[in-house]
Amino acid sequence: MTEMQYTKDHEWIRAEGDIATVGITDFAQNSLGDVVYVDLPEVDQEFTAGESLGEIESTKSVGELFAPAAGTVVEVNDAVADDPTLVNSDPTGAGWLVKVRFSEQPEVLSADEYAELTK
Amino acid sequence: MRSFASRHIGTDGAAQSAMLSQLGYGSLAELMDAVLPKGIRAETPFGEPVSEAAALAELRGMADTNTVRRSAIGLGYHGTVTPAPIKRNILENPSWYTAYTPYQPEISQGRLEALINFQTMIAELAGLDIANASMLDESTAVVEGMLLARRASKAKGNVFLVDKDALPQTKALLEHRAAAVGIELREFTFDTIDAEGAFGALVQYPASCGLVRDPSPVIDAIHAVGGLAVVAADLLALSLVKSPGEFGADIAVGSSQRFGVPMGFGGPHAGFMATRKGIERQLPGRLVGVSKDSHGMPAYRLTLQTREQHIRRERATSNICTAQVLLAVMASMYAVYHGPEGIREIARAVHESAREVAGALKSAGYELATESFFDTVRFSAPGRAQEIADTARERGVLVHTPDADTVQVAVDEEWAETGVADLLAALGIEAAEATAGFGTELARTSEFMTHEVFSSFHSETALMRYMRRLSDKDYALDRGMIPLGSCTMKLNAAAEMEAITWPEFAGLHPFAPLSDANGSLELIDQLSDWLAKLTGYDIVSLQPNAGSQGELAGLLAIRGYHQSRGDEHRDLCLIPASAHGTNAASAVLAGLRVLVVATDALGNVDMDDLHAKIESNRDSLAALMVTYPSTHGVYEETIREVCDAVHEAGGQVYIDGANLNALLGHATFGDMGGDVSHLNLHKTFCIPHGGGGPGVGPVAAKQHLAEFLPRDPREAPLEVDGLTIGAQPVSAAPFGSASILPISWAYVRMMGESGLVEATAAAVLAANYVASRLKDHFPLLYAGENGLVAHECILDLRPLTEATGVTNDDVAKRLVDYGFHAPTMSFPVAGTLMVEPTESEDLTEIDRFIDAMIAIKEEADAVAAGTWPADDNPLVNAPHTSEEIVGEWTHPYDRTVAVFPAGGVGANRQSQAKYWPPVGRVDNAYGDRNLVCACPPPEAFEV
Repeated sequence: MTEMQYTKDHEWIRAEGDIATVGITDFAQNSLGDVVYVDLPEVDQEFTAGESLGEIESTKSVGELFAPAAGTVVEVNDAVADDPTLVNSDPTGAGWLVKVRFSEQPEVLSADEYAELTK
Repeated sequence: MRSFASRHIGTDGAAQSAMLSQLGYGSLAELMDAVLPKGIRAETPFGEPVSEAAALAELRGMADTNTVRRSAIGLGYHGTVTPAPIKRNILENPSWYTAYTPYQPEISQGRLEALINFQTMIAELAGLDIANASMLDESTAVVEGMLLARRASKAKGNVFLVDKDALPQTKALLEHRAAAVGIELREFTFDTIDAEGAFGALVQYPASCGLVRDPSPVIDAIHAVGGLAVVAADLLALSLVKSPGEFGADIAVGSSQRFGVPMGFGGPHAGFMATRKGIERQLPGRLVGVSKDSHGMPAYRLTLQTREQHIRRERATSNICTAQVLLAVMASMYAVYHGPEGIREIARAVHESAREVAGALKSAGYELATESFFDTVRFSAPGRAQEIADTARERGVLVHTPDADTVQVAVDEEWAETGVADLLAALGIEAAEATAGFGTELARTSEFMTHEVFSSFHSETALMRYMRRLSDKDYALDRGMIPLGSCTMKLNAAAEMEAITWPEFAGLHPFAPLSDANGSLELIDQLSDWLAKLTGYDIVSLQPNAGSQGELAGLLAIRGYHQSRGDEHRDLCLIPASAHGTNAASAVLAGLRVLVVATDALGNVDMDDLHAKIESNRDSLAALMVTYPSTHGVYEETIREVCDAVHEAGGQVYIDGANLNALLGHATFGDMGGDVSHLNLHKTFCIPHGGGGPGVGPVAAKQHLAEFLPRDPREAPLEVDGLTIGAQPVSAAPFGSASILPISWAYVRMMGESGLVEATAAAVLAANYVASRLKDHFPLLYAGENGLVAHECILDLRPLTEATGVTNDDVAKRLVDYGFHAPTMSFPVAGTLMVEPTESEDLTEIDRFIDAMIAIKEEADAVAAGTWPADDNPLVNAPHTSEEIVGEWTHPYDRTVAVFPAGGVGANRQSQAKYWPPVGRVDNAYGDRNLVCACPPPEAFEV
């Protein structure tokens, strides 16, 4: 398993082969509070960098899932749609949101750089 | 004799002196000199006050010049019999009308239950899955239905199909609203449905002409292209005809007016919207849901709030914030009182009356336009329509003439009760055998209102007690202070409320001939004139029936102005980061793009950022929206500079009047550089909040924008299908919520210039007094350069949360135990509380609040010191119910501390104000994750 990378929009990316799994960070879920609903894109949807792929709603706020780079949706996490609490309880594991195939390299931060951003 | 002002303003001379000395000022005038920026003072010469009795006599005089004839106009407004117990115990009862929007669910369970009854009634009558807690009126609900269809539909087109036989006022409103958001309207008849490129379609059911027809052809056609069907339906008819849901409609909208709410020359009434499952997360407006409290019991709350504009801002797809709670509560009680069988009986009696009229017309030789109808009959009278209408009017009955050859009459509950003899006489025809109505293939066979709440309270005794039981659960101004910042929960004086139920004001149809409405129009003209003077503008339209609609009207006027000058490219609206979320949502719906301007550390507009953004967008700048005094409760010194910079670049200045109560009588928007503003009559001008509506949001502007505002039908008449309304409407009725305007009229009349000037100063004094006494306990987030705030102050709770773990939520809920409604939470800054005492609270109550806040701070410190565990203390467990303290008690503090924190029964004034919350803290996340928006079954409440 490759190392987890981060974006300035508080998302994490883990690449395995040409497929990347994307979710929101522990910092992001903590800022949102109790997640109550997750709206995810359709499989095969194509997207451009910065496009909104979905929304993560808490009782108080709405966060958007921004595409870190252009690509195509390969799989979405239906388990999260059924049980949004997974985003709070296990944001970087069972609470992953989408698997995508990027057609360009996303701009990423290392774990240290991300830690600096959220200090 | 004491003046009305001295009753409205809670602090007397002695109290004001004491408060002023706490602040170090010698007089109210000295305080206002210190707090207001020098450059903005402006005189608003204005009349002297009159007494309550004299004001009521003047209102009586105006009422007497209205001529209320029996209405057979219909068109979405019908005579109805308001049950006397509902009028007395809800409409005229401050426990209901002085409550605020139920954001704090623990102290709002009564009206939340009434609203969930409303939602259940609407959803079941519409045959759909979920209904919201009401809309502003039917026509705006249709617009919201169109916007909902566009965002929820998979179809790519930008065409919305409109029934040629929709209500005329709805068609006019759609026209004005669709253009701004790039939607193309395509009118259809049932023979010419072309759904190519459409995302949605509107069908009126029954049609505006009265025709009851199967809407399936339209619904099927729009579904075939992937679009959504919106059905605008008559609520009473739905008890007898098949529901929109049974035909496959996706969205149903309409008005609940004829469920016991007087026509009132146009409003307010509760519109409604229901949808099928699957699109509920796109619903506009408020939605009540069921969750559970800290003891696991069912509890109601506003659910899915993240749909709403105050969170989504420019990403919002609706700018609706207010519902029409008081009117929705009335309609729901009408349904509770009559029950499903009673509603059916009323509908049958109305239908029977219509059949009698149709039979008499036929027998007199008239040709009916349609043979299938519920309550409205259209007939042909070539060349004689006006003559028939004039004769009928002389005989005391108003009818509708769609054109020179056609007459239309609608009957209602009042006609059903009296019989239609007078109507037939007015038409000059004799009674005859009734005709058939509508075919059995369209008759409703499905049940509705099956929940036991609709079959339990049919005697007046039972209903009276049910209404009392619900109001007892709620905290309104009749219990104590509601210090909600930005909401202005001031007194709604009984004398101001007096005239709204007078039949001369309440009984007029909104499309009655204007010469029948002399008194109402005189009142409207006077109030408009006063509001123009008080704001420094040239023209006022009272039509917008909520603040959000006033904003939209003002922004549409700005857009219209730029377009008229060939400046179509001016489409950018600058909005400070501190603005209310509705500003951004309204701008988007007016077809503008939003660019956010930064605010500085003091909460003021960041001038460098403003200048930079104006400079880089000079050509596209349409407007700046700014709130004054700011949403942070500060009078910004730079307001003139801000306005000048925008004007210099060719933009218009929109000043949000939400905080006008901090300026009234001391400065005007027009003078400081505003081009247009909306006012909130439900804040500054005393219309009660009604538990979450009605509001009235007049739009006021300088002369150059006048022609782009909603127009008065007397000045810019617009003819639609024989109906005369005003051009560029934003509401269904030409004068909006006309029946509640006497409230604001009476307030201004009884206060006069001197009273208004003092009220503003007293409100500023109260806010500064609270800030001054609390600033050593909670840091004050913002103040002006002089250390003073305007009419409200923001207490920063974040340091307390960091030090003790106690959140602003805990403090808000603990205030309930002390007998208070919480201040505004997390607006405009997360983790804070915003306090607005208003001029109406007296010093004893203000001090009681301050003492409660200080005591809560001490409790938080005790948690930090380890006296109580972080997860078991009076704050995190708040609010405490009576059931809880008589049960097994395991907490590390006394029951007395829990429920009488400021002293036991009889110890002090605290006990007099004791309020018992009916539920413990409500679980927000549970309610949002498990969406239930209809009455829960009775078993749910079993322990």
